[in-house]
Amino acid sequence: MILTPEQQALLDGSKGEVMAKVVKTLVMYGDTFGAQRMVPVSSKYGHTVISFGLKVMAPVYDMYDQLIEAGLTSGQKFTADPRPVDDQVPCSFLEKFVFNKIMYTQQERFEEQMKKLGILDDDAYSCTCYVDQMGNKPAKGEVLSWAESSAVVYANSVLGARCNRNSGILELMGSIAGFVPEFGLLTDEGRKATWVVEVRCEKKPEAQLLGSAIGMKVMEEVPYVKGMEKWLGTELNDDNCTYLKDFGAATASNGAVGLYHIAGLTPEAKEQGEALIKEGAQVYVIDDAELERVKASYPVIWNNPDAKPELCFVGCPHMTLQQMKDWADAIEGKLRAKGLDKVTVPTVFTASPAVVKALEKTPYYWKIKSYGIAISSICPLMYMNNPLCKKKAVITCSNKLRTYSTARYYTEAEILDIITGKEGQK
Amino acid sequence: MKQFKGRVVVPGSCTAEALVSHGGFNTLASYQSAILFGDKQVKCGDQNNPDLYKKPMLGKALCLPMTIGSTTGGMVLYTVCSMGKQPACMLFSMPIDSLAASGAILGDVWTDAKMPVVDSLGEEFLAYVQTGMTVTVGEDGLVTVE
Repeated sequence: MILTPEQQALLDGSKGEVMAKVVKTLVMYGDTFGAQRMVPVSSKYGHTVISFGLKVMAPVYDMYDQLIEAGLTSGQKFTADPRPVDDQVPCSFLEKFVFNKIMYTQQERFEEQMKKLGILDDDAYSCTCYVDQMGNKPAKGEVLSWAESSAVVYANSVLGARCNRNSGILELMGSIAGFVPEFGLLTDEGRKATWVVEVRCEKKPEAQLLGSAIGMKVMEEVPYVKGMEKWLGTELNDDNCTYLKDFGAATASNGAVGLYHIAGLTPEAKEQGEALIKEGAQVYVIDDAELERVKASYPVIWNNPDAKPELCFVGCPHMTLQQMKDWADAIEGKLRAKGLDKVTVPTVFTASPAVVKALEKTPYYWKIKSYGIAISSICPLMYMNNPLCKKKAVITCSNKLRTYSTARYYTEAEILDIITGKEGQK
Repeated sequence: MKQFKGRVVVPGSCTAEALVSHGGFNTLASYQSAILFGDKQVKCGDQNNPDLYKKPMLGKALCLPMTIGSTTGGMVLYTVCSMGKQPACMLFSMPIDSLAASGAILGDVWTDAKMPVVDSLGEEFLAYVQTGMTVTVGEDGLVTVE
């Protein structure tokens, strides 16, 4: 890699040993992928995937102390993934004790570090930093140093920004240095599709299932998805952005997709059409039977597969404002039809702090609360990461949460039936 | 016995027992339980990986196509290296992915852990090597399986 004189000086220690290690890390990262140069991070804000002060992750916070003690901070303000604990989420006394006294004992230390390193504010914790209410929405073509698989795939695919699937810690180092190695999804060539996905379903595919199927098939490659026009049209409206948020999160967590193109819809597909498809691209045909096959392949790892659901999470990634309203309306309809006032399974809707604040200004906030549903900005994934929750029969319509926890996946329609069903049964 | 030549991502040499994942290795899902609960054997917690689920990973020659999943993956690998709970080496049949590379590089630059990483060993490597075989990694990226 060819470095500028300024970058070389940093590598040689002109701003101290710790900064030299930061640059060395970025250089090794770039060399591994054949990067020829560093390019400036051009977005206004960064985003870090690390949002938790886990006792066992102490080595990460020790490294952050090194950065802070060396006077290094992010050159740009940044947002972070959701916090791991929230009193709004139903917890037993024992669970609270485990969360606060055993697992997340480093949370205060970590959040103090975030302030010193440059987090935007106390409400900057959400995996959907890119929604309007959160304000971290990069423009097309901007270069990012982000990590969080669902946010990166959204920024690349729906917004047309440029970001590799960076790891936690490394994204912060890019923001500190102000430059990142140019390779992969930062290049025109790296953004071309190596898979063509032909969707031949009879009905609009569930976003989380379609994303899962594609992620499992293409892994880290770039898919060009055809056949969605009849359901999604050609405009990136609120509904489509919400659909793509959930779709993308599933491609990224069930596989390792960092960018997808939807024919006629996402910015680069609109501009370049099938010129985005590389010669020799493989083809994957998806129909309703294929989606059923994928869904049936998910293991159920509850101790008792027939257990009555004890908790339901909706919102991994965090819900959009419109998504919360739509769910509220759908639940209202179901409850009325069944003569019920409240959901029959303890349910949590998760959304970013800014979206929750926006919801509070509408009648939907109290409507949702009146159904007995908790509203939180927690990370459901982090919530599930403890031995007590692992024993719980938790259900979700998030394929990401299913992948990383013992939560059982159901489609949105199934979840709706279960949480408004008799004693939590369909 | 068979030898495979790959590209050195993190230099080093070792001999260890192979642990083979034919599907993508989900770093967060594989390590999170072991890290959180201090599992000394570092058993794999990824229920979607039938090759590795519940198998000890500590000190094994982890043979895999690539890593997949959350972008915390590199941070998780770094933490594993900091705690001395890393595999003996990581051997990729495919070119290494960005998250695994991040973790391997963070481990190399910021910790004292020794975890040689070799990639681009080819599909034949993953078809040949089986869990339980002995794997020797050379400084030059030559991997001997027997």
